[in-house]
Formats: sequence, structure tokens, C-alpha cells
Amino acid sequence: MLSSAFCEYVGAEPNFNAGLHAGGATGSMMVMQAAALVQSGTCKHVLCVTGDNRLTGMTRDKAVAALAEFGHPQFEQPYGISIPAAYALVAQRYLHETGAPLEHLAALSVSHRAHAAMHPDAHMTQPISMDDVANARVISSPLRLLDCCLISDGGAALVISAGDAAADLRKAPIAVLGSGQGHTHEHIVAAPSLINFGCKTSSTRAFEAAGVTTDDIDVAEIYDSFTITLLIELESIGFFEKGEAGEAALKGELTHGGRLPCNTHGGLLSFGHSGAAGGMFHVVEAVRQLRGEADARQVPDAELAFVHGDGGILSAHCSLILGRA
Amino acid sequence: MTAKPTPVPNADTCPFWDACNEERLIVQTCESCGHIQFYPRALCVKCEGRDLDWRDTKPNGKVYTFTIVYRAPTPAFKAKAPYVLALIDLDDGFRMMTNIVNCEPESIAIDMPVRIVFEDRDGQRLPQAEPVSD
Repeated sequence: MLSSAFCEYVGAEPNFNAGLHAGGATGSMMVMQAAALVQSGTCKHVLCVTGDNRLTGMTRDKAVAALAEFGHPQFEQPYGISIPAAYALVAQRYLHETGAPLEHLAALSVSHRAHAAMHPDAHMTQPISMDDVANARVISSPLRLLDCCLISDGGAALVISAGDAAADLRKAPIAVLGSGQGHTHEHIVAAPSLINFGCKTSSTRAFEAAGVTTDDIDVAEIYDSFTITLLIELESIGFFEKGEAGEAALKGELTHGGRLPCNTHGGLLSFGHSGAAGGMFHVVEAVRQLRGEADARQVPDAELAFVHGDGGILSAHCSLILGRA
Repeated sequence: MTAKPTPVPNADTCPFWDACNEERLIVQTCESCGHIQFYPRALCVKCEGRDLDWRDTKPNGKVYTFTIVYRAPTPAFKAKAPYVLALIDLDDGFRMMTNIVNCEPESIAIDMPVRIVFEDRDGQRLPQAEPVSD
């Protein structure tokens, strides 16, 4: 929706108003852009809003057909590309190069569902097993139904404020310590690599800006449109060596008590995916973890969070480092 | 039932699609820096040069990656599911998306040699790949 339509609906008359469209990277990019607006003095507080009724706003068939229009009209769409099929191309190559078994993907589906079960607002909370993932129908090989994100209704918002405006706020401020973007392509046919993506660049920039490394991160909220998306990003960003993120997931290292609790709200795979809000859910969960508001799913003493969003087919990337102020 | 989409050529891509109609696969090449570019554009993405020409290519390549699509995006493709979507690395140094046709989907593997064949779609021929049996 146009940002002016939102402002009209809530009766806001801001001195700056703009929309941002970068698919799953939109939430993270809004935070990065809003931080620049308060740093430049253009704004004191910036409301970043996302929301979409992907489930009830259109039928599931219409949602899938609409999502197919992301493909290049001449060089992809004539071949029947869908978003799951595009990610499946990435997954097939990843499995070929790393020799990783399908269980590496399934372990993420299972842990995300367990996380969602601890969140009162999650879309899917029924526990699933490794067998459930293995036996789910194939959507586009090698990806099965439970490797794919949900189609949900939902919205998410947060306020980015100037450092000297913290006194205006009702809650404890969380600092944006670093941010970065990386862009290599839009269409998968034009991707320079199917192994390394712009998340490497975006996260390197964010870590350098914050002056921290992957070892310092207490909790990670990383875009998980498909299980393969998260696996590749965990490795490309540098949390794990190539082919080892799935092994870590199998050992429970990506959940509470593990080395890197990841997508503690359940992610797009189980918490929900409602357009641009899908990526914003990751940012909101990081803020809640850092404020100690995550109840049953709280990572103890979480002080530093990594957030990552990506749009397109691993195309547009934005990384954030957030910390207790 | 809606038909499968047919490519609509534009100023950048018209020579490519015209050549397809003659069952020739051509690729855009930068005269300034030698970059081979797919898909066709108005400028070279490596050097921003505008001096782009077309080169005939050998219609052979290998499967870089593929997927068997069971959940198709639109009714026209649902009627054809399961079908194979692939990225093909052409021997002449560029990558394109095609379906892999004229074979059992289960027989396809990464690095499998393929050749380009042309499918007629509402009067526009479209490059597709089929396995090379040798």
C-alpha cells in the first residue's frame, strides 16, 4: 500500500513519508533508512510499518500465481518458474556441492515449529517431526511443503528514534549498532553465483560498522523463506563453514541452549509470512529478545542480535546488528 | 484455461527472439571488453559500453541445476506438471533458464550434457534443452 494511504487511515501528517519495496529485505532496510533519517536530523522519530493479508486477501492459488510474476517476463516466466522452484534450483546445487543430506533442511523446519509453539501469535504451532518433513509432498524438488514458508495475514511495526529523543519513549531503547546492504541480481537467471550471495557483503558491512563479529552474537533472526534460504545465509554470512549449518541444526545448536539460537519466534516457516511484514517479524523478535520480553522463548542475557532480510531470490540483502542501548 | 506465457520481444531482445524463430541461438557480446551477456540489454554490464553485437553460439551445454516442479504457479503449467525447470550453462560461456524436455524427469542430473531445441509457442519459438544421448 502507498505510505500516504496508511497515513490517511491513522490520521498521521508526518513531515517525511515514503514507501520502500524490497521484498523480504524491506523490514531491515526500513530500519537502516530510518536510522539515516534520524541521524541526518530530517526526523526525530520514524514509524516503520509493514503488513499484508496474504492469506485472506487473496486465495492461495491467486497468491501463488501473483508470486510467479516475480520471474523475468521473457527469460523465466515462459518456463513456469515459481518462487519455490527458483529456491529449489539453489537448493539442488547446494546439496550437490556440499553433499549435505535433506535432513539438514528438515532440522530447520522442526526447530522453527518448536520455536513458534512458544509464541502466542504464531500461525503454526502444531509440533512436527523429521519424518513429517521427509514425508511432506514435494513442491519443487528437493523442497517439500515443510521446507516452504507460510502464507499468512499479519503486520509488524517499530519506531526508530534519534539518540537524544530516547526520553520520549515508553520502552527501553535498543541501539542500531551497524547495518549494511548487498545486491547482486534480481532474477535467478542473472545471479552471479548460486553459492555466495549479497548477504556476505551486507553482513560484512554491518559487522564492521558495529565493531563486532559473528562470535559475539547472542541471538540471530535471519530470513527463512525456505529452509535452504536460512542454511545458505548462515554459511555465507560466516556463522558456519560451508555445508555445516545443517549439521549444527541437527545437533540443536540453532535453538535455545545452543551456540546460536536462531529465529526464536518461529520465522517465516512457522511464525508466519505476510509480505514485507514477514521480514519485519525478524526485527521485532530481535528487539523483544534484547529487551528481555520474549517470555518462554527468551534467550538468557541476550545483549547482541543479528538480523537479516533478503528479497527476491536471495537478491536484495540487508543486515542489522542490534544491541542493548 | 490461460495459455503459457509467450515472450514479448522488446528493443533489447528482438534480435535474440528473431534468431530463435530461425532456430539459431545467438548471444550478445560487448565489442569493447568482450563480455558475453545474457539476457540481452542496452548496455554492457561489465564496462557500460554500448557497442554490443550478436554472436552465433554452439547450442550445447550442461545442466548447472534443475528442479522438478510439482506445484505449478498457474493453470497452464499445472496441466503440464510435473515438469523440469533448469539453469543451463552453455558451452559458449553464458547461463540461461529452460525446461528440460523429451526425457524422464527422474533421469536428469547436474552436469548432464544437453542441447538446445526450439519449442513453438503461439508463433514464437522458445529455446528448450534436451539431454544429449551419446
